[in-house]
Amino acid sequence: MGLHVAVLIKQVLDPEVPAARFQIDASGKRPAAGIAGEVLGPYERNALEVALQLKDAGAAEKVSVITADGQEAVESLRKALAVRADQAVLVDTSGHDDLDPAQTAEILARAVEKLGGVDLVVAGRQAGDWDHGQVGYLVAERLGWPCVSLVQRAELDGGVLRLTRQGPDGREVVEARPPLVVTVTNDERNVLRLPRVQDLMASRRQPITQWSPADLGLDAAALADLAGGEVLRLRIPERESQCEFISGDDPAEVAATLVRRLKELKLL
Amino acid sequence: MIVIAGRGGQELSRAQRELVTVARRLAGDLGSQVAYLAVGPEAEAAARRAGAFGIGRAVAIELNDASGAVEPIIENLAQGARRLGASVVLLAADHLGVQAGPRLAARLGGSALNDAVDVRVEDGRVIWTRPVFGGKALADVVLRRSPAVVTVRSGAFEAAEEGAGEAAVDVLEAVAVDTAVRVVQREEGRQEGPRLEEARVVVSGGRGLGGPEGFQRLAELAELLGGAVGASLAAVDEGWAPPEWQVGQTGKMVAPDVYFAVGISGASQHLAGISGAKAVVAINKNPDAPIFKVARLGVVMEYEKLLPALIEAVKRELA
Ligand SMILES: Cc1cc2nc3c(=O)[nH]c(=O)nc-3n(C[C@H](O)[C@H](O)[C@H](O)COP(=O)(O)OP(=O)(O)OC[C@H]3O[C@@H](n4cnc5c(N)ncnc54)[C@H](O)[C@@H]3O)c2cc1C
Ligand SMILES: Nc1ncnc2c1ncn2[C@@H]1O[C@H](COP(=O)(O)O)[C@@H](O)[C@H]1O
Repeated sequence: MGLHVAVLIKQVLDPEVPAARFQIDASGKRPAAGIAGEVLGPYERNALEVALQLKDAGAAEKVSVITADGQEAVESLRKALAVRADQAVLVDTSGHDDLDPAQTAEILARAVEKLGGVDLVVAGRQAGDWDHGQVGYLVAERLGWPCVSLVQRAELDGGVLRLTRQGPDGREVVEARPPLVVTVTNDERNVLRLPRVQDLMASRRQPITQWSPADLGLDAAALADLAGGEVLRLRIPERESQCEFISGDDPAEVAATLVRRLKELKLL
Repeated sequence: MIVIAGRGGQELSRAQRELVTVARRLAGDLGSQVAYLAVGPEAEAAARRAGAFGIGRAVAIELNDASGAVEPIIENLAQGARRLGASVVLLAADHLGVQAGPRLAARLGGSALNDAVDVRVEDGRVIWTRPVFGGKALADVVLRRSPAVVTVRSGAFEAAEEGAGEAAVDVLEAVAVDTAVRVVQREEGRQEGPRLEEARVVVSGGRGLGGPEGFQRLAELAELLGGAVGASLAAVDEGWAPPEWQVGQTGKMVAPDVYFAVGISGASQHLAGISGAKAVVAINKNPDAPIFKVARLGVVMEYEKLLPALIEAVKRELA
């Protein structure tokens, strides 16, 4: 019997949007609409790849992806189906805007419980929008499962998960038994694969399981009460220095000028 | 009680001394006390040392757990924080802080916040500032539950100076935690040369290097300058550099005199790791790359052309 792996994915404002284009909306509490498109977050892509590799190796029997978001996030769920996740769940939180990590984690932990039979939860180390770096860890606490963080690769070996992770000064290999939560960090080996054309087409027709927070036993008041904090305002930091360009076509000359300037500025 | 938490050791690390600064500011404004909590193999030494920073009270939990798992540390930090009646727990946003902060908050029934870069008290409310959207914005946040378990980004606060004084240390018995999580193998990262975080010169490469060979050039330059090599996330994902070299929001925070960014576009998440650099030297073939917005010196050129010449120029200068 293989593992049932649940991957927590999040669609985020494209993290590559240049700082110069970033703007805050009229509420002062969130980015302005329309400054960039949304993408499946980078660490969630790594997390998904870790789960898919377990499936390739025959260690996972089923990979489910879950997101707590509005209907627009169906797009990212379909991307996950296109790389052959087996099941996609949207917990539709429209109407409960701006969930904080404590609220999100409660919703996701309940979704994992409702899915049933999940052995391994895989989250990204941090979502590339608000950069909280909390949800995976809070889901682990809420489920009461141990958590191995900053994982790059997972293998199953006779019922024991062997996890390669980023340790304090280099890589570590950790052994753990399910049920378990892992958070994932980037590495050359967990770059998300590309979908095959026929899987892309098929993903358009696959069903998406839709739940509401109420289906998970959370009404609006209960959900609001879970919030751990509140954003008062956003502001845009100043950070520009005057760049002195060293021009010229001859690399030797440019290099010599660069070194001279570094010495004059007492930087070398 | 404002509690500074850490793993112990003979010295308070720079990051720990930065936490002292945060704690003092809060204690002054809130009229509370500062305590120190150490959980680890040399907990008592650090707890005594805390006295030299004007901290009167400390709890030391000597934890010698062989599993390498984080759960025993978290559970013992929770024990200590409870014992001290913490209303705020401060951790460095380092390898331990990243894993332990939110989980500690959950165990204590508090609220978590990561990567604080500023804090102030207004009308008795503590307002934390943290970068969001990869550093493209700063958010002012209030936390609802107590304790506030906050990880603090390194370099955001001055490190407190050591003075004199003694802390009253309570030594507590560690609670044993069996998690069935075990570290079975450890691989040292690279290291010739200085550590990235401490290097006076850092030479970093990005996707623009186009392959692993570019990193050999960078290593040559770094060695000549007594510096360390860094990388962008994109270069790590390409497999040209190990993850330990990653500089940025989810990599190392560096603070060299000179930071060479070679073939790096300057995404905000990368810049988050180099705000402590005195000067950035950008080498990029695209004059519109955002890296030039934070650079002191810039060269618009293909790095393949410039680097060999730069290495020669540095050799000449040093000869
Ligand atoms: C939550 C989150 C955390 C992140 N954390 C980090 C982090 O810690 N560190 C990090 O680096 N990134 C991080 N990122 C990723 C970041 O958003 C960027 O994707 C990444 O920094 C881009 O790397 P790059 O500059 O090497 O690549 P690119 O953006 O592709 O830039 C390559 C540059 O090379 C230049 N170039 C190309 N060829 C040459 C040549 N021959 N000579 C000279 N120049 C050339 C190009 O003009 C371009 O500017 C994070 C993202 C998220 C969402
Ligand atoms: N709304 C969400 N839906 C599903 N997963 C999420 C959501 N928010 C966060 N996560 C997961 O938790 C990780 C950490 O998120 P965060 O704490 O927001 O930085 C992300 O990388 C995701 O794997």
